[in-house]
Amino acid sequence: MATYLIRRLLIAIPSLLGISVILFTILALAPGDPFSEMATNPNVPPEVREAIRASFGLNDPIMVRYLRWLGAMAHGDWGFSFASRINVDQLILQRLPTTLFVVGSSQILALCVALPVGIYAATRPYSVFDQIANTLAFVGFSLPTFFTGLLFILLFSVTLDWFPFVYRSDIAAEGWRWYWEMFRQAIMPITVLGLFQAASYTRYVRSSVLDVIRLDYVTTARAKGLSERKVTLRHITRNALIPVVTLVALQMPAVFGGALVTEQIFRVPGIGSLLIDAILANDTPVIMAVTFVFACLVVLFNLIADILYGWLDPRISFS
Amino acid sequence: MAGSTLASPSAEPAVAASASATAVSPGRETWRRFRRHKLAMASTVVLALLVLGVVIGPWLWPVAINDIDFSAQLQGPSWAHPFGTDDLGQDILARMMYGGRISLSVGLAAMVVATTVGVIIGALAGMSRKIVDPFLMWVTDLFLSLPQLPLLLLVIYLFREQLKAVFGVEGGVFVLIVIVIGGLRWMPVARLVRAQFLSLREKEFVEAARAQGATTVRQMVNHILPNALGPVIVAATIEVSSAIIAESTLSFLGLGFPPDIPTWGRLLFDAKDQLDTAPHWALFPGAAIFLTVLSINFIGDGLRDALDPRRVI
Repeated sequence: MATYLIRRLLIAIPSLLGISVILFTILALAPGDPFSEMATNPNVPPEVREAIRASFGLNDPIMVRYLRWLGAMAHGDWGFSFASRINVDQLILQRLPTTLFVVGSSQILALCVALPVGIYAATRPYSVFDQIANTLAFVGFSLPTFFTGLLFILLFSVTLDWFPFVYRSDIAAEGWRWYWEMFRQAIMPITVLGLFQAASYTRYVRSSVLDVIRLDYVTTARAKGLSERKVTLRHITRNALIPVVTLVALQMPAVFGGALVTEQIFRVPGIGSLLIDAILANDTPVIMAVTFVFACLVVLFNLIADILYGWLDPRISFS
Repeated sequence: MAGSTLASPSAEPAVAASASATAVSPGRETWRRFRRHKLAMASTVVLALLVLGVVIGPWLWPVAINDIDFSAQLQGPSWAHPFGTDDLGQDILARMMYGGRISLSVGLAAMVVATTVGVIIGALAGMSRKIVDPFLMWVTDLFLSLPQLPLLLLVIYLFREQLKAVFGVEGGVFVLIVIVIGGLRWMPVARLVRAQFLSLREKEFVEAARAQGATTVRQMVNHILPNALGPVIVAATIEVSSAIIAESTLSFLGLGFPPDIPTWGRLLFDAKDQLDTAPHWALFPGAAIFLTVLSINFIGDGLRDALDPRRVI
């Protein structure tokens, strides 16, 4: 198990390096200059500006800048936000838990909807339930998150007034009341994101259960006299989940993209809204770091999927 | 069949002639199978209406998209303004027809970019028997694990000014958005094409072509690619809808087209702060995006059924 983990970790390193090269190339090719404001400011003489540029190392060749940046990232020194005037790693650490909470809960919600619906639909293929579920799944992933978000606000906040539509991190309440308020404000972003993912997951679950259900070992399990429930849950589902894990891992970039939109609609203070604020403020270190954190999260979830894969499928040996 | 050597002298030419008379072209066969998928057929009609609406609509509804009228602010649907007006009194129907042209053409153009890149990379990886295949697949996996939306935002924000100078305001953003969306979405097509090439290149008909001295390029373009086209067509269809969603998302975040170009996503972005007073402003463009994407997805599903030779319909 340990060697398997180490090998997976070693495979993840080249992809992280590749991602960092792509990111750095994009930034280096871009025309934007963090010191362009100073250039138009008559109070800053050109030689001072040059000195500041040199002290930040902006005049060095690109390879040197990349290696220095990579070394600093590895040390945990992620630079200084031009706009917020605090260290980037602090800024991201403040925002990251909210994003992980919203994304994690929405994934749990998505799987809680997709697994039962997908399995039930696949055990009764082409029934009325299956056709309704299939159509709803199509509708679900054709509804972009920004539109569902607005529809939810319109229905549940404006018309029914059930939930607040602005997410606040400073709720003035204690104890149970705090948790209740937190739950109330988190419910809409999580549902919007969760239902969007649930739609595509339902289709994955259904098709992979359908692939497994015709196999001989399922007939054997039935012939042994096992109850249909036991056959479905213990024999079919476990094997059907293996491809689903891969597909869910492949969806991770889309999930974080969806999280970015949802955070922006409901004003959730996560790293997605931080990225948009940073882009609007031309805050290069923050943009770079947040995009890299997103990439790291995707690689991390792929790693988790690999480990789950090994646990679900005993044919994959860990050695 | 005419002109070919008969397999055996006893085979009657008349039999061969009648066999070729009942054979139908692949296109017609696909169309016959596609028509069985009722939702796909309904979607084709809906999509055709939407496309007609945005293409010839502006002639039938000749209202300027920037016709500001402060006496008609935030009005609901009426005969004068079928889809209502926005906060400057501009006609939403006219703006949607204009924006729809852009949203749909971004979708189509980005699909062409993504499919072309995907087919080329997939074909090269699928044909190579050396280091090219693992390397290209490593690049594909790398791109698959990139966070696409943050990267899209980053690239568009950084390069917008440069391209504006070259292609003009509207053209520059259009070219940029199409290239970036297409450039970040070719990976599924590449994987699909590679898988098809890997299995097809070992088939007898390719071996026959190789034995007759066909070059690798000729084998790829004339023999393998036509046979790998079915899944690519399906993937390309789905690509249009995801490109439309990607463009609308960018516009919705306020980082797509400039504010004076009312794409559907941009209309939603402008409308989101007036949801309580003017819900129609957000509902009509949102419904347009939803209907377009839904019908394209259903058409893709219908094509998948129609183009899968293993499936009996």
